[in-house]
Amino acid sequence: MQDLAASFSVAFSLVLSGNADLIEIVGLSLRVSVSAVVIACGLGLPLGAALAVSRFPGHGAVLVAVNALMGLPPVVVGLLVYVTLSSSGPLGWLQLLYTPTAMIVAQTVLITPIVIALSREILSQLHEEYDEQFRSLCLPAHRAIAALLWDARFNLLTVALAGFGRAVAEVGAIIIVGGNINHLTRMMTTAIALETSKGELALALALGIVLLLIALAVNAGVMALRGGASRYASA
Amino acid sequence: MTTPLPDGPVLPIELHSVRLALGGQTLIHDVDCSIVDRGVTAVMGPNGAGKSLLLRLMHGLLQPDAGELRWNGAPLDRNVRLRQAMIFQRPVLLRRTVRANLEFVVRARPSGGSPDLGALLQRVGLETKATQQARRLSGGEQQRLAMARAMALAPAVLLMDEPTASLDPASIAMIESLIADETAAGTKVIIVTHDLGQARRVANDVLFMHRGRITEHTDARQFFAGPASQPARDYVAGRLVM
Repeated sequence: MQDLAASFSVAFSLVLSGNADLIEIVGLSLRVSVSAVVIACGLGLPLGAALAVSRFPGHGAVLVAVNALMGLPPVVVGLLVYVTLSSSGPLGWLQLLYTPTAMIVAQTVLITPIVIALSREILSQLHEEYDEQFRSLCLPAHRAIAALLWDARFNLLTVALAGFGRAVAEVGAIIIVGGNINHLTRMMTTAIALETSKGELALALALGIVLLLIALAVNAGVMALRGGASRYASA
Repeated sequence: MTTPLPDGPVLPIELHSVRLALGGQTLIHDVDCSIVDRGVTAVMGPNGAGKSLLLRLMHGLLQPDAGELRWNGAPLDRNVRLRQAMIFQRPVLLRRTVRANLEFVVRARPSGGSPDLGALLQRVGLETKATQQARRLSGGEQQRLAMARAMALAPAVLLMDEPTASLDPASIAMIESLIADETAAGTKVIIVTHDLGQARRVANDVLFMHRGRITEHTDARQFFAGPASQPARDYVAGRLVM
């Protein structure tokens, strides 16, 4: 019990003193997860919007597939990205394995289906509302999609934050493709796993505290944005 | 074959044996009619008569299962549709400011020219609300904004689906005044309304529908003086139309 209390004490002092290792790990984690979210949104939002406004043969099957991909096990994603980026894989020549870029790729694969599915849900509802007006204006599909994305921007930011929450808390995929290499690919979650297995609870707890604070900040952001969205949506 | 674009006349609007079925039920039965006159055509009839469906067919939002619609001899294609604007009973406004809603339609249809949006907002009495969120306006203000949005497109034909339903008298008067301005400027207006007083005030001719059929299409004064069909007589007299 005393050990645990001492570990918490050291953990708080690490956080408050701005420990260099801690800052490096948190910085890399944020850089990787934010990059993955930006890429996933760049890919996923237009795809979600396209799925919301279009109907084509197999549309239902695509929706089922996207929804199923939301529950992709991170270790499976890690394995697939590993196989793809390993020296014998199709993208092995890029030599990205065990780099932050590989972790960004893995997290992007993991959260893009989430961004597509959640944005489609939001944009479908808005499209249902706007559809007749847009058809009345003879609006081409790309302009309709742009208008939907803009008008739903606050709700879509909550999608991005949900994706970020999933990415920053993920461990299975990045430990496979990143390797948890000190000063290179060590992220908050992988460091927590490693330090805990070594019995070094202070740094693990310090990182856990930061992770919790980030989760709190993300949720507070989601709530604030929902409030903003409802103000815009009020009819 | 004539093509009524870019600036040619759009009248007459002709419907030849137009039929529409939805959900396995025929809702518009082989409708024939020709709208030749300028001014305002009021489409009237009891609930479920098919008035709004007819308006949507004319606007190209619905495709007929049989028959055809022609605008000055041309088929109802994109070019014709770009010369129309439609105002819905419940205006659909974007989640933007009042002015941004107008800018959106102007950008969406550059063929409408570059209208003076400030002057347009002044015409509909919304000049002081240009920067407000459109969806926070009152019902009457939202409908006036929808009217301004339609006017920004400078349409040759303005289709209006019960635009003054549930509005207060002042808002109704303003919408009717705007309709008068538009028709004076040469815009053809086709309006669905249940308001007999409104139809008497604004309509030049009345197209009466009952159970998916047009039972009469006649001059407005003649219609209100003595409707030819029994359903129309019941409707004008305020009796239940059977």
